[in-house]
Amino acid sequence: MQNLINILDLSCEEISELITVADDIIDNPENYYEKCAHKKLATLFYEPSTRTRLSFEAAMLELGGSVLGFSEASSSSVSKGESVGDTVKTVSAYADIIAMRHPKEGAPLVASQRADIPIINAGDGGHNHPTQTLTDLLTIHREKGTFENLTIGLCGDLKFGRTVHSLIAAMSRYSGIKFILISPEELKIPSFVKEDYFGYTPYEETTSLDEALPNLDILYMTRVQKERFFNEEDYLRLKDSYILTPGKLENAKSDLSIMHPLPRVNEISVDIDDDPRAAYFRQAKYGKYIRMALIMKLLNIH
Amino acid sequence: MRVDEIKNGIVIDHIKVGKAMKIYDMLELDGSDCTVAILKNVPSKKMGKKDIIKIDGNFNVDYDMLGFLSPCITVDIIKNGVLSEKKHMELPDTLANILKCKNPRCITSIEHGIPHIFKLVDRENGVYRCLYCETSAK
Ligand SMILES: [Zn+2]
Repeated sequence: MQNLINILDLSCEEISELITVADDIIDNPENYYEKCAHKKLATLFYEPSTRTRLSFEAAMLELGGSVLGFSEASSSSVSKGESVGDTVKTVSAYADIIAMRHPKEGAPLVASQRADIPIINAGDGGHNHPTQTLTDLLTIHREKGTFENLTIGLCGDLKFGRTVHSLIAAMSRYSGIKFILISPEELKIPSFVKEDYFGYTPYEETTSLDEALPNLDILYMTRVQKERFFNEEDYLRLKDSYILTPGKLENAKSDLSIMHPLPRVNEISVDIDDDPRAAYFRQAKYGKYIRMALIMKLLNIH
Repeated sequence: MRVDEIKNGIVIDHIKVGKAMKIYDMLELDGSDCTVAILKNVPSKKMGKKDIIKIDGNFNVDYDMLGFLSPCITVDIIKNGVLSEKKHMELPDTLANILKCKNPRCITSIEHGIPHIFKLVDRENGVYRCLYCETSAK
């Protein structure tokens, strides 16, 4: 039985297969309306994440399946102290596949050791969020048509931003990739990420978005999250470090793709939303399609 | 027991000087019925000084733990009074319940029934990471 806990659980070939299926779903959605008929997805969300949960539920519903689950720990047996293992063992009796979100790192891995059905990690604390990375990969594929020979700018919170770390992990497996890491000193990428993934992939670090922009094929913006900071002052100072405005974009390539895992705070000006280079709302839609492909793969449905 | 005469048992040799008691504790030898001799500050050509633990009797040694504590340890297995096997320790690929994950955001910090498992990710530098949260053990 298969699970998706870490994006690196998937080989490049498997990612390519998922993307092929997602492309076909986008082109021929009607062929998929019944694929998961009578199958149930359990969304076990130990912390709220409406966006991710809705994306999973929309994916399952669009495949003709149904959904059940809980959206925060207080409404579930967790509040009575049941272990993750016992919960998923029980849910295995009711559902066919589980998407789990948990504030503690490694909880979905623990779940996968006990469950009788596939587990999808829908985010475990600041650790992994592989379906966000799959969403990012499908977006890059749709926008650029390739995973090779791209200069990718990552901007904002590169220290705590797990989506950034996973994207680096996934993209550093392709050839001709170069990363430009744009962040204030306080939010630079941690050394363990560099050690793990930059062995063969070139990268530059800079504090200037303006200088980096003209060279980029992809600009991946992230938000600076308040909950990662111990004091309000640091947060307020850093949250406005990098804001993308129409003026800044003047020097960017005409075929730049601007991505963002959403929700944004203020790091991308709403004036950019109608620019054809703004890919972030398309990205949200791709999130549903790649989750459809993933659910089918893990349920062995073709 | 004459310390150099074991019929059936093991000799844990080349222990870093001063570490014998720690290994005695970690192996939970105090809970065993075997006759145990601890030799400290034994002169050694290789190490200057070393500690040795001799165990007479049937005792299941956790080699992963020994390898993790000190890869330079050797273990002599004595059968019928003669050396039947010499084992060289190495860093084990997996540590189960030897280290505890100290990351407060790790699932093991709130669920106590989960075994603490660490994987060797860098043999050269002896780096282990938590299976669940991937935090390096210090
Ligand atoms: Zn851990």
